[in-house]
Amino acid sequence: MSEKIKKDRDGGILTDSDAPEKIEVEQNEINSVGDYFQSPVYIYYDWCKKCGICVEFCPTNTLASKPDGTPYVAHPEKCTHCETCDRLCPDFAITGAKK
Amino acid sequence: MAAVPQKTIHKYLRHNKKFPHVWCPGCSNGIVLGTIIRAIDDLKLERDDIAMVSGIGCSSRMPVYVDFNTLHTLHGRAIPFATGIKMFKPHMKVIVITGDGDATAIGGNHFIHAARRNIDLTVILINNNIYGMTGGQYSPTTPHDDVATTMPYGNIDNPFNICDLAIGAGATFVSRTTAYHAIEAQNMIKKAIAHEGFSLVEVISACPVIYGKLNKKGNAPKMMNQMKDNSIPLAAVNKLPKEKVEGKIIRGILKEVDRPEYTKAYQDLVDKLNNK
Repeated sequence: MSEKIKKDRDGGILTDSDAPEKIEVEQNEINSVGDYFQSPVYIYYDWCKKCGICVEFCPTNTLASKPDGTPYVAHPEKCTHCETCDRLCPDFAITGAKK
Repeated sequence: MAAVPQKTIHKYLRHNKKFPHVWCPGCSNGIVLGTIIRAIDDLKLERDDIAMVSGIGCSSRMPVYVDFNTLHTLHGRAIPFATGIKMFKPHMKVIVITGDGDATAIGGNHFIHAARRNIDLTVILINNNIYGMTGGQYSPTTPHDDVATTMPYGNIDNPFNICDLAIGAGATFVSRTTAYHAIEAQNMIKKAIAHEGFSLVEVISACPVIYGKLNKKGNAPKMMNQMKDNSIPLAAVNKLPKEKVEGKIIRGILKEVDRPEYTKAYQDLVDKLNNK
């Protein structure tokens, strides 16, 4: 079994090289969320389609959207790790699970 | 960009496929795929023991993205292919992903006869009320008076009630939920996979880009809110006055009975004739 297939099957951590085509994300969007290890909610902007579901259904208003619809973590301290955004994201682009 | 956290879903996705996936922004298919993956993860099934079969349509793109035994077949013929897999390998859990047009229009007969046979398939029917992939033609579940590109002045047909159809045809597990109720859907799919016999999970989903736009239902969050407001659980139906129930989506397990399963009955017949 090749290295890549093995990694796929065991579910290795996704990195840049695993995504074949990416949407250009402005650097400031990434910075506004912070690193995965610092922010309670992690948004994967490469896969996000800006549908607005996570922002609408966040029960504690942790998330907010920018004028173009991009979600960002507005109030990181409010997150209760309920994983609603995780379940309702159609693009698997957000996770609010406890680390 | 930093490494992405590991979610349950990522374990089962085919990372060599093109992501973000093909569905429109706000389409419920992704939510349903997430619930299916979580249900399978909860059941702790072996990946090789699962076969995922689909026909043609938006929802039928789903097996392409997941790392099970997958089959993407002809329009409406997902259930016949799944029947073949189940007959040849009865130990496998065969999951059919199908849409409303796929299962009830072109594949209508396959659907009712699989239910009549009570073969152990799990059919997850994603009902978005329209043919999304081909440009918004009306489907057998488009509500009366709703607009589609081939019914620009309103649909004069009456829609199918898919769960009633399956109950009438003899399915042994029939349930309905919506994409908004993701945890409920996850539990239903778990029960449906574990159930022996033909099981149907109808998931009402939102198509904000085509159906929503044609019928002025608003964007994806608005359509999700409508699902939340327009659906009532089965337990509440008898308690509410009749006018509040009318026109609402009834969520819940509508039927769950035990009946001899088709592949078992077939094996019994083979054993009986061998011992004669």
